[in-house]
Amino acid sequence: MKMSIRPLALFKKDWQSEIRTRYAINALAMFILVTISVILFSIGDEKITEYLSGGLLWVVIFFSAMSGLSRAFVSEEERGTTLTLQLSAPPSSIFTGKLLFNLLLVFLMNFVITFLYITLFDSFIVKNYSLFLFAIVLGNIGISVSSTIIAAIISKAGSKGTLYPVLSFPILLPLILTLLELTKFAIDGDTIAGSFVELAVLVCYDVIMLAASYMLFDFVWKD
Amino acid sequence: MTDFNIELANISKNFGRRQIFRNLDFTLKTGQIYGIAGHNGAGKSTLVKIIAGVLTPNKGKLNWVKNGIALESEKYCDYLGYAAPYLILYDEFTAIENLHFLSGLRGNSPDNEYILRLLDEFKLGDRKDELLKGYSSGMKQRMKIISALADHPAVLIADEPVSNLDAEGKSSVYKALLENSNERITIIASNEQSDLDLCSEIISVENYKV
Repeated sequence: MKMSIRPLALFKKDWQSEIRTRYAINALAMFILVTISVILFSIGDEKITEYLSGGLLWVVIFFSAMSGLSRAFVSEEERGTTLTLQLSAPPSSIFTGKLLFNLLLVFLMNFVITFLYITLFDSFIVKNYSLFLFAIVLGNIGISVSSTIIAAIISKAGSKGTLYPVLSFPILLPLILTLLELTKFAIDGDTIAGSFVELAVLVCYDVIMLAASYMLFDFVWKD
Repeated sequence: MTDFNIELANISKNFGRRQIFRNLDFTLKTGQIYGIAGHNGAGKSTLVKIIAGVLTPNKGKLNWVKNGIALESEKYCDYLGYAAPYLILYDEFTAIENLHFLSGLRGNSPDNEYILRLLDEFKLGDRKDELLKGYSSGMKQRMKIISALADHPAVLIADEPVSNLDAEGKSSVYKALLENSNERITIIASNEQSDLDLCSEIISVENYKV
């Protein structure tokens, strides 16, 4: 019972805090608007290929995630509330609560990005929406888990801003490459069965990152 | 009543090459109020953080024993209330929201009746719905004591419990520390004589230096 109340309490606190302070949401919203606008201006009247537009989608998602998701732990460290959390709940509950919050942010962020993308880019035509949906959902979980544990690691470091994308890139690279491949398949209209290997890779990535994060977090969280 | 013991066996702590204390060896028992004394920088806060399980000693073993069974360190927070000037609450939330959040984080449903009583005793009852960012440092210190007591902890650690407090605040803290102290382990880390006067036993960190 306690194990379920604790992460939910932290998730609720983070959400209320975000609504009041708007640290992450403002950063994410501005980044999404700026990057999509820059891409639109740079394309101009040119016609870009479907594959290139699919690739650019994940570029926007990756960098948007980098701009807002580190807040989960960095804000606690900056305000000095880390010790309050350490004294009140076990590490696994803290990680679960922060992960739930980042999951919500990533799903909201990617919903907005994908919606804007489909609306504004004529060349982005997905023929198999169910495959694309699978890729987005599994990708969101992977991005959330990875960004949460990286945020925990960098929150203790001095140069948080630069360290986050630097650490995230090699960890998220296999995920992004697989997602690019699946987006290409979805644009081509391939079936889910035909994309089984890539989907299995995504599931494995999510499971491995989740298990590794829970094991690592105990060490990151304590002195 | 739960029988609770905290056993420290040969605890030593260094920061880099500087030794803070060594071979601390004692057992804390339910019903007692323990004072941890020492001058500024002697290692009182370090010791209470080790007792709370958030700092790891370089040497030695810490055990929390409930009814004869040693607890895993992950479980310590279930029984712990901790108040200290360096403990920060959330400025963007009201007093009540902070207390409800911390109870939830400890896995408990908030005891609203008790929380309201504590807020009244610490003269914060009429400002319970104000954001903490409008509180003075003394009011925030009172909030920290309330948050430590709110879930009826079996172990209460109060590090410099009366810092930033006026005379009225101090007497409220002393009353709260003494109330129900026979049902828990109370640890007060301080170099104020009036704080240490509440204690049944004093552990001086100075005695465990090289």
